[in-house]
Amino acid sequence: MLAFLVQRIGQAMLVMFVISVIAFSIQDGLGDPLQQMVGQSVSAAERVKLRDDLGLNDSIVVQYARFAGKAVQGDLGTSYFYGEPTLDVIMEHLPATLELVIAASLMIAFLSVPIGVYAAIKPRAWLSKFFMGVSTVGISIPVFLTAIVLIQLFSIGVTVDWFPDDTGWGQWLNGALSTNGGMPSYGRGDDLTHLFGTWYSGFFSENGLLHLLLPAVSLASIMLPLFIRLIRAEMMEVLQSDYIRYAQAKGLAPRRIHFLHALKNTMLPVITVGGVQLGIMVAYTILTETVFQWPGVGLMFLEAITRSDIPLIVAYLMVVGLVFVITNTVVDLIYGLVNPTVKLTGKKA
Amino acid sequence: MKRFLTALVSCAALSTLASAPAFAADANKSLKMAYDADPVTLDIHEQLSGGTLQLSHMVFDPLIRWTKDLEFEPRLAKSWERVDDNTMRFTLREGVKFHSGNTLTTEDVKFTYERLKKSQDFKAIFKPFTELRVIDDTTFELVTAEPYPLVLNAATYIFPMDKAFYTGKDDNGDDKAAISKQGSTFASRNQSGTGPFKVTSRQQGVKVEFERFDGYWDKESPGNVGKITLTPIKENNTRVSALLSGGVDFIAPVPPTDLDRIKRDPKTDLVTMSGTRIILLDLNQKRVEAFKDARVRQAVAYAVNQEGIAAKIMKGFATPAAQLSPEGYQGHVDSLKPRFDVEKAKKLMKEAGYEDGFTVTMMTPNNRYVNDDKIAQAVAAMLSRINIKVDLKTLPKAQYWPEFDARAADIMMIGWHADTEDSANFYEFLTMCPNADTGAGQYNAGNYCNPELDALVEKANVETDLDKRAEMLQQVEQALYDDAAFVPLHWQDLAWASKKTVKIEPILNVMNFPYMGDLVIED
Repeated sequence: MLAFLVQRIGQAMLVMFVISVIAFSIQDGLGDPLQQMVGQSVSAAERVKLRDDLGLNDSIVVQYARFAGKAVQGDLGTSYFYGEPTLDVIMEHLPATLELVIAASLMIAFLSVPIGVYAAIKPRAWLSKFFMGVSTVGISIPVFLTAIVLIQLFSIGVTVDWFPDDTGWGQWLNGALSTNGGMPSYGRGDDLTHLFGTWYSGFFSENGLLHLLLPAVSLASIMLPLFIRLIRAEMMEVLQSDYIRYAQAKGLAPRRIHFLHALKNTMLPVITVGGVQLGIMVAYTILTETVFQWPGVGLMFLEAITRSDIPLIVAYLMVVGLVFVITNTVVDLIYGLVNPTVKLTGKKA
Repeated sequence: MKRFLTALVSCAALSTLASAPAFAADANKSLKMAYDADPVTLDIHEQLSGGTLQLSHMVFDPLIRWTKDLEFEPRLAKSWERVDDNTMRFTLREGVKFHSGNTLTTEDVKFTYERLKKSQDFKAIFKPFTELRVIDDTTFELVTAEPYPLVLNAATYIFPMDKAFYTGKDDNGDDKAAISKQGSTFASRNQSGTGPFKVTSRQQGVKVEFERFDGYWDKESPGNVGKITLTPIKENNTRVSALLSGGVDFIAPVPPTDLDRIKRDPKTDLVTMSGTRIILLDLNQKRVEAFKDARVRQAVAYAVNQEGIAAKIMKGFATPAAQLSPEGYQGHVDSLKPRFDVEKAKKLMKEAGYEDGFTVTMMTPNNRYVNDDKIAQAVAAMLSRINIKVDLKTLPKAQYWPEFDARAADIMMIGWHADTEDSANFYEFLTMCPNADTGAGQYNAGNYCNPELDALVEKANVETDLDKRAEMLQQVEQALYDDAAFVPLHWQDLAWASKKTVKIEPILNVMNFPYMGDLVIED
């Protein structure tokens, strides 16, 4: 176990080193940070002086050496835009993103398992076909569109008048298809609860939860269909296996077979995929956060790119790399718990 | 008129109730607004940008400000007079308080002036000035080296800062008055101005909260907004949705694609204005031999259909331009109209010996100006009709400006707003012969050079008789047009939108500094 962790920490360092080198080598392509910092009428001489002050005139190797020297002491540089250490900036924005990812993950977990299992047990039921149909549509709609449609329907509201209003059924249909709107369409609201450090949470107030709803639904909409289909496919395969048939022949209650014996084995690949997807979800928040002006790291990163805030871009990429390594490590540990026959790498057999 | 009436009523109220409490007591409305970005810093001298000036007008007050019709309106300076060619004397309003409680004196103005002279971004505006001379507590003089016609324009940039508040050392032992673009300074985190609002909390990139200053000097201001929450919403669609869903009360800018949507909505108001930011294309004579020939440049100017671009691509959200100076500027020549005529363009190309055309490269940003990449594509198509083949590349702004500085293409796009709200600023930066030592023609990517015109601009810059000066500037504008020094496209329009009860129209202006202190929200 210890050897496994040491190995993983080594991997994490390597990953972060590689990311920092790559991020540094592409920084010329990210544009000129100075352009974002000065007004239009600042003279060329002033600009040269500022570049010198920022150390932008040094060669890339000198710049990297300076960065790396500080990085090993835990200082990933200072953001040009925020004027604060990049790690502080990221820590300020991270809770918002984590809450969004947690909310979306909970939705996915609580919806995909029952739906997936149901669709596997009763593949011919019309409800299963309906879920499968919806999930196909869901998987093919980009998150941007989902978000905009959600905002139009639930924040702005739509009034439908396609049907004659003077008939009872027309009025009913119009009413049923129109929405009132009123859901918050941007930000996290102003009723946040301070937990600790930089973590202000929206989980503990109605206002905060309402603000969380639409972004979380649109973020979940990308992954939910994938998990429903994955669970269904895995479950159907498991249901064909010998030990299930044996259990059925033995006369065990179907509920016990499905949820205890079959589901446990179904979840193994789901956990692996889930770990990787969790990391991807952090990346997907960039789109969701942009549409909902959600003040998390995704939005922060996108703005850092438009402002050529290179230190912040580099630090963000390194932190995301670290998040991937950590989630994968945790997945491997959970995997071992669910299925004790799986050996962790580095552990003697 | 309405403002005048309100002011009159307030005056009457004041005189009858001599001991009436501050009107701020009535300012109990709250406003949620969304811009595309929040202020980068609270230090109003750190960066010269629209965002900084918008903030300055909320938390500070200028000596003088622009009215809607580009006239000067006294603010902290209640009057001014020219003493001699090089000196302008100002009298300060009395009894004006800073947020800290300190009283405004000429020493604060002097402090501010000296800080502006140190600011990298603002020093260019104050270059003609040699001194700010304090006469007494309420009188001071602005002195220039040579006669300078734009003293008042520059005075709109002086937002007096609280000297006592910004003097000394902060907790880290750094000078409180320091200006720095990197890292945080005292001034980038703390403010004490004389303006209608105080910043009560700020989370960069998330929101800024303002509260009305109850000691605000302008008791005649009709404004009744007590609390403002400013949220940056970068994504156009989200910003518009936030207004339509009632999440915010006031948004700017409004993207051209959503103008109709807001107009149609019965709960919102839309205000648009012809702007002062010129969008133009530079034809680089250093890179392309053909562009040295005035006939070829004219041909290009004749081939570009400004009105078509404004109508079709900008959806009417732009004013087609044939010159740099927008209406209301001294250099504006009314008779100059877009000259779209393909036949004439073809003829000119033939005369110049380029009937078969040539190939050029063109670079434009794709996220800096409204529809910049689409405009570029349209221009490329237009030029192909006179056999100029355009090899177009569009880039995000972060990558575009380094290319622009390197003059990396034969045709490049730039938009320009004159910081001084004056024509000469356009010529100094965009059309003067490029000179690295003086900084003239810093953004002249066409390398157009006409020393005679430069001399005329220099002359206009020391002419304090404004009528004579206007004549000179108009002469320059006309000559640039005749010479087709560049291809002007349009002035980008401005648009704001609000809920019907939020009366934004009276506080808006073409500089895009809404005077939030005077905003009225009806019940």
